[in-house]
Amino acid sequence: MKYKRVWEISISLIPIAAFLLALLIGTIMIAFLGVNPLIAYQALLKGAFGSMNAIADTVAKATPLLFVGVGICIAFRAGVLNIGGEGQLVAGALSATIVCLNFPNLPGWILIIMALLVGLLSGAIWAGIAGFLKAYFNVNEILSTIMLNYIAAYGMNYLLRGPIMDPLQIKLGSFIPQTARLTQAVDLPRLIPTRLHFGTIVAVVFAILVYIFLWRTTIGFRIRMIGQNIQASRASGINVQKYMVLAFVLSGALIGLGGAIEVLGVHHRLFTDGSVSGFTGSAGFNGIVAALFGQLHPIGTIPASLLLGALLTGANKMQRAVQIPSALIGALNGLIVLFVVGSEYLRRRQTRRVEPTTKTESNSQNKNKDKKESK
Amino acid sequence: MEAIIIGIAKSAIRLATPYLYASIGETIGQLSGVLNLGVDGVMLMGAFSAFYTVLKTGNLWLGLLVAIVVGAIFGLLIAFINVTLKAEQGISGIGVYIFGLGLSSLLFSTMIGTVQPVNGFPPLFIPGLSNIPVIGEILFQQNILVYGAFALIPLAWYVLNKTPLGLSIRAVGQHPQAADSLGVNIVRIRYFTVILGGILSGIAGASLSIALLNVFQQNLTNGMGFIAVALVYFGAWRPKTVLIGALLFSTVNAIQIWVQVKGINIPSDFTLMMPYIVTIIVLAAMAKRRIHPPAALNKPFERGE
Repeated sequence: MKYKRVWEISISLIPIAAFLLALLIGTIMIAFLGVNPLIAYQALLKGAFGSMNAIADTVAKATPLLFVGVGICIAFRAGVLNIGGEGQLVAGALSATIVCLNFPNLPGWILIIMALLVGLLSGAIWAGIAGFLKAYFNVNEILSTIMLNYIAAYGMNYLLRGPIMDPLQIKLGSFIPQTARLTQAVDLPRLIPTRLHFGTIVAVVFAILVYIFLWRTTIGFRIRMIGQNIQASRASGINVQKYMVLAFVLSGALIGLGGAIEVLGVHHRLFTDGSVSGFTGSAGFNGIVAALFGQLHPIGTIPASLLLGALLTGANKMQRAVQIPSALIGALNGLIVLFVVGSEYLRRRQTRRVEPTTKTESNSQNKNKDKKESK
Repeated sequence: MEAIIIGIAKSAIRLATPYLYASIGETIGQLSGVLNLGVDGVMLMGAFSAFYTVLKTGNLWLGLLVAIVVGAIFGLLIAFINVTLKAEQGISGIGVYIFGLGLSSLLFSTMIGTVQPVNGFPPLFIPGLSNIPVIGEILFQQNILVYGAFALIPLAWYVLNKTPLGLSIRAVGQHPQAADSLGVNIVRIRYFTVILGGILSGIAGASLSIALLNVFQQNLTNGMGFIAVALVYFGAWRPKTVLIGALLFSTVNAIQIWVQVKGINIPSDFTLMMPYIVTIIVLAAMAKRRIHPPAALNKPFERGE
């Protein structure tokens, strides 16, 4: 028992070890680029936490990562991979923007609620397509969500270059692909006079709600069950396809909401630089890193996205201070993912070693839950 | 009209090249039971390393060689994580993609900085054949990497279906326990196929940056590697049908480029969207056919279970 406990603690340290390993490789890369790593990291830290504004930027940057990360947790728990965060963020942001542009005279709070709901729905639909194709046509969901990312991005680019382009851009002839600034009535309230906005609180609340949903409700239990053992779920009468689509829809709903909040809370308009991650800043992918880093647990994703937000914010400042491109963080994020999934092996091997105790425990737990189910 | 069709057909043949290299590599890997979703990341690294080498030395073959080495290193990394550490292959592939995308962008902005062209592989007129009207112009006035891609199809078919190695690869992917009991070294076979897949992805990237487009920029592939993975499903793990799929996509691409160049009044965003929409439709259409993926795909091998 004692041994098991020690192991459990060291297991929970795996993401930190993975992070440190990635940081070590980052150090080597920075040295290769001819910059003193200490100075570079100092610039990064200062950029992420050096002032009230820096901290607020970090938290604001972490907010979409948290939405995406928590959304992805739901899908992962159902045993499906939602790599479509980019597309779902765009779907949410785009539809929320269109709502705000079309009803500028409504009272602010009504418009905010409408925009957020429409954003949430759009994300849900966009992810639901992939869920439906997976559940009923067995289409690989990783491929379909990636394709949906590109379709959403090009769709947004089209609208930004034409139908919803800022009339001022057309009048001036500069044709920058962006919308007009949305009415100030829909600006999300600021928490302190920085870039920190109310959306962050919404994100944290949803992370907690998703935790309660997944671990304390029947539907959540079923979603986790199909992720654990799809045959057993089917045998016990769960409509596997329905819950698979549901997991995707809920996952996309959160991410779509995150996209809408990015518009209302941070940018106050929609824009693109033409590339597929122009608006999202790759938050759809970085959110995956946050989810994995938070051990696919909604609560764990909170500190994980904060850490990644700090890295991303700091990297921007580091780029300016010591000319290390912020793409470095992209590379490090990939390494973190690789180290975290790579170290799963250690965990599995170890749990097998302590099988006798865990097996009986989990069996009795399952029995209890089964009883609950049958009631 | 004839000139238009010849032009589109010629560029469709050209543009099939990266899909062919990457999809054949992925097919072989998946047949042995390893799903590698990081193809796009490896392609980007191959494209960058080949481009950088050519930019600095002017030596095209050296550039190709560097891309092969880089692809092999990535293949080794992917094999280590998926085969030895038995990682969840869907997620590790995304890790490889994010890493390749980030690293190639990082290296590009520190080592090159601006988008600039190089002289890529020149067209190689096949004596005699290139003079045939129409067909000669479409098929036999391409560059060497294009010929290589098409030569790869019969080669892969032959190795997979007619050699003991091909039999071992397919056995490892269908029924690893049985293959193991007959003395096939599963780990070695999977390392071999995944490293080969990495090499071919590297060449696919190089074909973009030093033979077809002759430039490098951040995220040059724009998701081509993922389409290449989708083509493996489309092709039902057979080189011949992978070829048909690759040609379908390259034709869509060729038409899209032609529409853009001609300034036909369709917003470019819609034409750019086409390959991705086609991919989803094709995946959904294929999934209803009764063709099953290799039984052990995405399942790490555990002896004695």
